[in-house]
Amino acid sequence: MQCYRYLRRAVLLAAVLVSAGCASWQPEPWVSPYERHHLADPIMSFERSPASQGYLHHVYDAREGARGASGGAGGGCGCN
Amino acid sequence: MVATEWRLGVVLLCGLLSWHALAATLPEDRVDLMYHGYDGGGLDVDGPMVLVRKGFQEKVSVWGHYYADFISSASIDVVTSASPYEERRTEYSVGVDYLYGKTLMGVSYFHSEEDDYSGRMVSVGLSQEFFGDLTTLGVGYAFGWDEVRARDNDSFAEDIRRHNFRVELTQVVTPRLLLGISYEGVSDQGYLNNPYRRVRYLDDSTSRGYSYEPELYPETRNSGAVAIRGRYYLPHRAAVGGEARYYQDSWGLRATDMEASYTHTFGQNWILEGRYRFYRQNSVDFHADLFPRAEYQNFRARDKDLSQFRSHSFGIGGSYEFNWQAVPVVDRVRASLYIDLIRFRYGDFGDLRRSAPVGEEPDYRFTARVVRAYLSFFL
Repeated sequence: MQCYRYLRRAVLLAAVLVSAGCASWQPEPWVSPYERHHLADPIMSFERSPASQGYLHHVYDAREGARGASGGAGGGCGCN
Repeated sequence: MVATEWRLGVVLLCGLLSWHALAATLPEDRVDLMYHGYDGGGLDVDGPMVLVRKGFQEKVSVWGHYYADFISSASIDVVTSASPYEERRTEYSVGVDYLYGKTLMGVSYFHSEEDDYSGRMVSVGLSQEFFGDLTTLGVGYAFGWDEVRARDNDSFAEDIRRHNFRVELTQVVTPRLLLGISYEGVSDQGYLNNPYRRVRYLDDSTSRGYSYEPELYPETRNSGAVAIRGRYYLPHRAAVGGEARYYQDSWGLRATDMEASYTHTFGQNWILEGRYRFYRQNSVDFHADLFPRAEYQNFRARDKDLSQFRSHSFGIGGSYEFNWQAVPVVDRVRASLYIDLIRFRYGDFGDLRRSAPVGEEPDYRFTARVVRAYLSFFL
């Protein structure tokens, strides 16, 4: 359970960072908004089709002993 | 009871995926209709999937998801120690995401039902963009409660409780490079066995030289996985991607996997993709292909999914997107087809269909085919 104590602390720290409004601290972005058109292209999405990609990860999870942390932003349930 | 393995993956994954949605923009309105199919090792699973997502006032997005598995199993477990069977699993999930400034919050509920298993999970998630929107941090938690039953025993009913924690960071590194890192911890407590699966042990009193007894797993399993992934934009509107993951749990299982992908476009309408993935794991501490005697140790497993193996996956597919004016609410349509082949090669799981002295059976191996064909309607 040692790892779960660390994990809970990490989650708590992340939540505190979010709730503390770290977004108000804005360093100079090294990639300007007008330079992000390539990143906005659908082919740069970690999971362009969430339902389809989610299904493939489900196949892996069903056949393999490992689980978790698979997939990127986007998932199998209508997620982005 | 291969369906149990199949279902457990879905229960775990779909409960977790709801917070993958989180980024500081609402997902696109869409309707997806998909046919999915898996065929390999005597297990045949296919069925439909429907996904509907709709946003309101650029603040709220609700979604619903329906998924069904029609399972026909004559897997190696079934043909060597049970009888082939068919069954159906149905899954529903709903969720809502709320956007407030650069913070996106989401909550979802998932329910899966079949003859001998019920799975439910609620999940919450939150994400926030930082540093000029170059960094996105997401956190999530899910709680699941399942009931395990047995078709041949009406009085049998056991519970499982699941807790999932996830932290994810996505970073814009350059105008062409995206990186992401995520950690996920999962804790399961309860009846983690398969009520039908059995282990085998040496038994000289039988003609074949071995007998079977029920498997027995610990009632707690804690795991952690960390993954790093990236995508790089190439000239001529193409992209390469890579991902690596490391996993370990309290049952002694260690696993690593790596994936590389390439995406290429033709004009504005066609996108083709190719992918390769390598996965390997060792056996859990209490796994054996053949135990020396009955009740040899406290915990016993003979499960190929928890045994040492390697797999290689090759995938190819593509999509064609076009404007569609026939229905006023539909903006455009994307038709997609993906096919993956996965080769499994086990290192501590004998193929008992082959004639050989007891304990010297050749290792089991098989190839599975995964098909995904779907239409996406963007509203």
